[in-house]
Amino acid sequence: MDSATLIQSIANAIVLGSIYATVAVGLAMAFGVMQMANFAHGEFFMAGAYVVYVFYALGGMPFPAAVLAAFPVVALLGIVTERFIFRPTRGNVLAGFMATAGVAFMLQVLVGQIWGVGLMRPVPTPYMGSVIILGAHISWQRVVILPVTLTMVCGLWYFLHRVKQGKALRACALDPETASLQGIKINRMTALAMAIAGGFAGISGAVMAPIQPVTPYMGHSVVVTAFIVVIVGGMASIEGTILAAFLLGIIHTFVTTLFDAVAATMVGVAFMALILVVKPTGLLGRVKA
Amino acid sequence: MPAAVVLLAGMIGLPFVVGEYHVEVLILFLINIMLATSYRLIATVGDWSFSHIVFMGCGAYATALLAKHLGWPFWATVPLSGAAAAAIGLAIVVPLLRTRGFGFFIGSFALGEFVRLSWVRFHNPFGGMRGMIDIPEIELGDIDFFDATPYYFVTLVITVICLGVLYRIDRSRSGRVLKAIYSDEALMASVGVNVSYFRAAAFTVSAFFAGIAGAMLAHRLGAIDPHNFDINTMVYLIIWVVVGGTATFWGPISGVIVISLIFELSRPLAEWRPLLFGAILIFFLVIMPGGFEVLFPKLASFRDKIGWGRATTAKTSSSVAKTNSD
Repeated sequence: MDSATLIQSIANAIVLGSIYATVAVGLAMAFGVMQMANFAHGEFFMAGAYVVYVFYALGGMPFPAAVLAAFPVVALLGIVTERFIFRPTRGNVLAGFMATAGVAFMLQVLVGQIWGVGLMRPVPTPYMGSVIILGAHISWQRVVILPVTLTMVCGLWYFLHRVKQGKALRACALDPETASLQGIKINRMTALAMAIAGGFAGISGAVMAPIQPVTPYMGHSVVVTAFIVVIVGGMASIEGTILAAFLLGIIHTFVTTLFDAVAATMVGVAFMALILVVKPTGLLGRVKA
Repeated sequence: MPAAVVLLAGMIGLPFVVGEYHVEVLILFLINIMLATSYRLIATVGDWSFSHIVFMGCGAYATALLAKHLGWPFWATVPLSGAAAAAIGLAIVVPLLRTRGFGFFIGSFALGEFVRLSWVRFHNPFGGMRGMIDIPEIELGDIDFFDATPYYFVTLVITVICLGVLYRIDRSRSGRVLKAIYSDEALMASVGVNVSYFRAAAFTVSAFFAGIAGAMLAHRLGAIDPHNFDINTMVYLIIWVVVGGTATFWGPISGVIVISLIFELSRPLAEWRPLLFGAILIFFLVIMPGGFEVLFPKLASFRDKIGWGRATTAKTSSSVAKTNSD
């Protein structure tokens, strides 16, 4: 690997890592609060991409506005899933996980039947051209992902550590029983967690819409990647998730450059299995998966 | 047991009354019964696997390689495919014994996906994304197995043998140990039961029968690819088992029967079908956990409460007790 390829790969790895971080951080947070493992997270991502397709590509709204619109739309999906799936199955992680596989099926069918299954939905890229940093070419559409990730992660950190509701959410994640003794309503917290998790998945899908084929089945690979990141980082740990996202971004980019994409996914799942067996709490987590 | 005999008699008679297409469906149905019943063996010890369909794939790929490249007859490929699946199952379960519950579920997915992706990755010998084609039909005397009916009877015999063995395991001393581990793992460990050994054994034996099912599938379809064994298919297997329940031997079988019927009857729904199955899965996990094993006794007691039908309270309670002891 020559130095130009190396720099290009590092740049790609950073972009990929921040994509992974935005996708997985919501999943990790939802698991932290009452162990909600959402199999439909990839479909939430897909829903976000379709919001951009409808509002921006079809409706002609400006791209940033369409991305912002994805937050409330998919947050609503998260709230509905919490109310009808996770709340009744609380205490049984597997039941909630399998039932959200049903949600994934339903969302795929609904989206496919409304906007068509066949060809991908074309979403033109709003930011043409590319930027050259230290000789590495990155398209503007990928560059904008970095500030989006940064805003989302910092916003989440601020919310969890400085806002009363966010602190309540953390208390609920640490010890639900004690939290409810302090007057924190657990049901409201789980709904809030799923709203944020859904909204984040929606935003990341929205930002990715122009650089990914938008199809009803695009969530499939996303949910696998998101779970790899979350399990490697630690199921309930947001810091761990971000660390794992960049770690896996680096691994994925370099294995893809040296071998191919399938080999990269194989390394990813093998890494996940290794962490599950050797350190079930993940790199920075405290909750066992 | 009488129900099983009636069912078997029905299965022997069916191909003579339905058309060629439905015999094809029945072959897949028998293969699915083997798959679901073998999956239950893992569930009896309290583990839930998300890689079972991959072991079916191991069996199918082993069959494809043995029959196509080496030209081995089916009486050799079928058991050897089971053995290949069991070997891979053992390799996967040993590291996973440290995990339980959700960790085991996700871990089995990770390692299963690793195996599945290796079929995509290595074109030689697995054929990559497009999979393998021209897998030979089975040969036995001069019967034409391209015809569905003879193949159906071979599958039926193998299914009955596999189910018989699985039933014996379920009723044996080891089968009881598995159930006891499910109800109280710490207690069983404290009386000297090697919990890890039994969990690994259940997983491996279960993979063996999934491999046999895969072998029968490969011989019938003649072509297999990695997509046949992905998460989507695995979710359907979970639907059968969740709908039927896993507490009794007949639970997963009833799940396969009912879901297969719904699958055939819902053909007019075309692309809307997964929506229906998603809703069924959610219903049986959220509203009616335990599947038919819980639903039917509930319906029976409801029927008695409103005084409808012939059944007396005594009869119903005995049927509930029977379901539980099964």
